[in-house]
Amino acid sequence: MSVLVNKDSKIIVQGFTGKEGSFHAEQMIAYGTPVVGGVTPGKGGMTHLDKPVYNTVSEAVDKAGADTSILFVPPRFAADAIMEAADAGIKVIIAITEGIPVQDMVKVKAFIEDRDCRLIGPNCPGIITPGEAKVGIMPGFIHNPGRIGIVSRSGTLTYEAVDQVTKAGMGQSTCIGIGGDPIVGTTTKEAVELLMNDPDTDGIVMIGEIGGSMEADASRWIKEHGTKPVVGFIAGQTAPKGRTMGHAGAIVGGAEDTAQAKMKIMAECGIHVVQSPAEIGVTMKKALHG
Amino acid sequence: MNLHEYQAKELLKSFGIKIQEGIVAESVDQAVEAYEEITSRTGTDVAVVKAQIHAGGRGKGGGVKLVKSLEELKEHAGNILWMMLKTPQTPGGLEGPGKLVSKILIAEDAYRPDFDACKEFYMSVLMDRGSKRNVIVYSTEGGMDIEKVAEETPHLVHKEFIDPTLGIQGYQLRKIAFNLGLSGAAFKDMTKFVSKLYKAFVTSDASLFEINPCLKNAHDEIVAVDSKVSLDDNALFRHPDLAELRDESEEDPTEVEAKSYGLNYVNLDGNVGCMVNGAGLAMATMDIIKLSGGDPANFLDVGGTADAARVEQAFRIILRDPKVKAILINIFGGIVRCDRVANGVVDAYKNMGNINVPIIVRLQGTNADIAKKIIDESGLEVHSAIQLHEAAALVEQVLA
Repeated sequence: MSVLVNKDSKIIVQGFTGKEGSFHAEQMIAYGTPVVGGVTPGKGGMTHLDKPVYNTVSEAVDKAGADTSILFVPPRFAADAIMEAADAGIKVIIAITEGIPVQDMVKVKAFIEDRDCRLIGPNCPGIITPGEAKVGIMPGFIHNPGRIGIVSRSGTLTYEAVDQVTKAGMGQSTCIGIGGDPIVGTTTKEAVELLMNDPDTDGIVMIGEIGGSMEADASRWIKEHGTKPVVGFIAGQTAPKGRTMGHAGAIVGGAEDTAQAKMKIMAECGIHVVQSPAEIGVTMKKALHG
Repeated sequence: MNLHEYQAKELLKSFGIKIQEGIVAESVDQAVEAYEEITSRTGTDVAVVKAQIHAGGRGKGGGVKLVKSLEELKEHAGNILWMMLKTPQTPGGLEGPGKLVSKILIAEDAYRPDFDACKEFYMSVLMDRGSKRNVIVYSTEGGMDIEKVAEETPHLVHKEFIDPTLGIQGYQLRKIAFNLGLSGAAFKDMTKFVSKLYKAFVTSDASLFEINPCLKNAHDEIVAVDSKVSLDDNALFRHPDLAELRDESEEDPTEVEAKSYGLNYVNLDGNVGCMVNGAGLAMATMDIIKLSGGDPANFLDVGGTADAARVEQAFRIILRDPKVKAILINIFGGIVRCDRVANGVVDAYKNMGNINVPIIVRLQGTNADIAKKIIDESGLEVHSAIQLHEAAALVEQVLA
């Protein structure tokens, strides 16, 4: 098993016929991901990549039974597209888009609060359950089906962790890229909780970065409820205060959200903290097998 | 994107908020004209000269002066204009080079007619990451460093969280005014002030509004005496008028140039440059440099297309820093193929002639083996690695 996406998901692509959407949808389909169609307003009725195109998300839900959506919608229209998916009854919404205005996300977060759906991202690489469904922009071939869950705010740094886990002889249950923005739909804690409750996940890699309190919140939850080894890394030990380091959410505001402060809390909560990102794979192997 | 004080005040004023009025000057002659205009309006000889740079703590560095005559105005305007102003927030702090002051604001005396009847408050609006809502932070302790107030007297810092769908409510406005100890006309004006301030914050897609001090004057009016405004860069497409207020001279010229090439670059103080795809991996690479005995000279995310042209621009930018003793290129190829990046590195290297610092190239992911072969067979003085720990060891080796 796995969490959030698997071979039985019914996935649609919002922004299906655009350049980004087409490119990544094609890669997802080639991986074997169960894509049932896509949405591009005004292009309903067309066929694209051998899949049906719908005008609205609710049409895709009605006609194709869609329950999962991945968004490749430009920043200025992305908040609207997320709300459309939530309103149509999509259960897992994955927003890849980088650069959505913060005030749009404040509204989106309030809009989806009472709806039965989970938003992943925005500004994320997506989710993959290896061998079943790749719902994102990650390179599929570095993943292997297995029993390690990965949660991360970053893209390429997640691939790095995946690669190390694979090279250390293990595989991944589900890898969740939660995104690098100040407001994300699913927090580190929520993603860790999903994997902690997944019977087919034996260990969790948790990768954070400077800014915010998500890793500290997750660590305190793990201390109370954790049943599996967690290996943690925080990127940005050398980042200066007050500067945004690429990701909109990666900015040190006070003493609490530095990499050092987060790593200290993580260690106190029983997480196997690695100082170097080169040690993620081997540390997980040791944590599982002693 | 940050605004200057005078721009921030214009923005607030356009929403009907009362501000400390002022006129911008770029020469002493203009300052004299501005002073005459301002003092004729106020009927006093008192005015304030304020340096316009993007940094707080301007008063501490001598960038804000009260003047009581035309002579004093000329003296201080002359001193502040074109000075290198050092504040705790300029690069390098009070020990750093400071920032060049090219504009000053000649502002009215907002404390007239009765200084003793005035009261200073602190007020800011920002997005709270924990609650994912906008929050108004306010305090009776105005005109001071709010971080210090929060540390020493946390009970004097209040927060009001705003429902994103409903906006700010009447009871919240009243609560703020009561907590600030106001009554009568001042109470009423404060509720109006906060209401307009919140509207301005949301409408302009700001990421921070900070009014410190926020003044109650002798007429029981609420006035924004200083204001700091930061706008959300991602929302500027909705505000072309505000986007035009960007002052690139306030930003690091190399960072501005890097941005024009699609590179995300932040200049740092260390001796090892780096070039990485992805922000998280870039931060992690900086950490590896530190653990290998070096110090990162920069953050540089080349983004999703690391082709020869972009690699060359990144090289040129990193090498402009004379402190750089080595460069670590760390690319995890996913959609980007490593062999193309490797060719890009080789081409850039050849185009640039001689690069006099050791270069370590770590390419992992799609076609990593072919990429390593390209680098190894290029005949260039480039060390190649596939695993991250190998790259770390190479950094240590070249620095030794």
